[in-house]
Amino acid sequence: MKVLVAVKRVVDANVKVRVKADESDVELSNVKMSINPFCEIAVEAALQLKESGQASEVIAVSVGPDVCQEQLRTALAMGADRAVLIKTGNDLEPLAIAKLLYTVTQREEPGIVLLGKQSIDGDNNQTGQMLSALMGSAQGTFASQINVVGDWVNVIREVDGGLETRSLRLPAVITADLRLNEPRYASLPNIMKAKKKPLEVIDASDLGVDIAPRLKVIKVSAPPERKAGIRVNSVQELVEKLKNEAGVI
Amino acid sequence: MAVLLIAEHHEGTLKSGTLNALSAAASLGADIDVLVAGQQAGSVSETLAAFAGVSCVLISDAPEYADQGVENVAALVTELVRTSTYGHVIAASTAYGKNLLPRVAALLDVAQVSDVVEIVSPNTFVRPYYAGNALATVESSDAVKVLTVRTTAFAAAERMGALAPIKTISVTHDTGLSKFLSADFSVSDRIELTSAKVVISGGRGMGSGENFALLEKVADKLGAAVGASRAAVDAGFVSNDMQVGQTGKIVAPDLYIAVGISGAIQHLAGMKDSKIIVAINKDEEAPIFRVADYGLVADLFEAVPALEAALS
Repeated sequence: MKVLVAVKRVVDANVKVRVKADESDVELSNVKMSINPFCEIAVEAALQLKESGQASEVIAVSVGPDVCQEQLRTALAMGADRAVLIKTGNDLEPLAIAKLLYTVTQREEPGIVLLGKQSIDGDNNQTGQMLSALMGSAQGTFASQINVVGDWVNVIREVDGGLETRSLRLPAVITADLRLNEPRYASLPNIMKAKKKPLEVIDASDLGVDIAPRLKVIKVSAPPERKAGIRVNSVQELVEKLKNEAGVI
Repeated sequence: MAVLLIAEHHEGTLKSGTLNALSAAASLGADIDVLVAGQQAGSVSETLAAFAGVSCVLISDAPEYADQGVENVAALVTELVRTSTYGHVIAASTAYGKNLLPRVAALLDVAQVSDVVEIVSPNTFVRPYYAGNALATVESSDAVKVLTVRTTAFAAAERMGALAPIKTISVTHDTGLSKFLSADFSVSDRIELTSAKVVISGGRGMGSGENFALLEKVADKLGAAVGASRAAVDAGFVSNDMQVGQTGKIVAPDLYIAVGISGAIQHLAGMKDSKIIVAINKDEEAPIFRVADYGLVADLFEAVPALEAALS
């Protein structure tokens, strides 16, 4: 069984993104870019499936401009067997990305497609669910455990109030949550080896998929800033302020 | 064009986020049909019929929806939209809504707008992204707008005198794609994080899961919910459903008390709309103090028990 794992290039989690002065977009020039943290967890999950003998091959896929090859090389250095980049411009909507990923699933026919539950730039939390809909497959979002059982995969999901375990018919789409695993670091020898692993580049325009945006961004604004308040010197003073000044207790 | 609102419920009880989503739907000024898909969910539909803004409750009561499996419910919602004239499909931005609506949107070949915090007009919406560091105003050109709405941004709908009609939907969908095996829900008398008026959260500074008992004692005094930062979840102190932040729960209580939390942007994204923020941290340089209304530089292991005592 092949496992396809999607990785996204995003602004690094430690960067505080700022809005451009003309409110047209956020400022992303010269900021550090990384693999989306949840995608990294998805890659680790794919590798563990292979290492435990539940999968035969791990294929990493990304959608975006040429520079996304860096994140695919990271996935290869972690241990993915080969990579596919679907070359597009920036800022595709989740539906367009799902449609492009769907073409890869049609070609590769993976048993499991793994994605991060959410990217930390768009914060949409949509692509995995949309891909699953297009594939007509089962979906296991917010996974904290994955276990293949014959033609089915059992997924423990992080839901409001606790955990839900579902059994999904293969092929299935699974999105990774925080506690699924702790991603490994790529060792230097593996980073060197990854440079020689196959990385195929496909131009999105050759796939005949409608990726036109459905949403028009009219404005990007900064949220109202909170101001720092005061320092209190004791618990007694804090309680007094909360009671008499703020009136919240 | 009417609105189709998806109700969320668990064991015969309506989840409160649905009422916030109902308010958001009502601001569109159109008729609102509320879909209750489940088994033995009659009491949920009766509850909903009494709320302001509801034009009609649609109940689809069938074994296929017993565990609200997303593949079956998405097929049902998609069919309802295709055979009717809905202009909007709306759900609360909870684990349930986030799981369901992108699937519905893709089946309808339309975009989905996540975490809407403001409805500017029927086709224009405001949503946060980049961990809440930016707000995008987006205009949709799709025939059907599929939205999840952030519950903290809309007041809960209120009950009204009249009862809306309840209509039974007989069509069912069984895709056979997934099966419910088990659920493990933390049984707690404590109020839910997302609807609490007071939240007290702990971070890495708590040092262990056992030490969260200190926060629970304060929570008992204040009728508060207990939350955690991602660092505390990562460290294995507490379960992930307590996580407040960009990729956890978004809260906006009257009072938020951050204990031993440094204040990473990912955490601030989940609580910075709280009315009053209190920070207790021994590191006076911690970024959490930059957003706190009241900051106390102190060892939490002394300050938190003292706070409990002061509230007694």
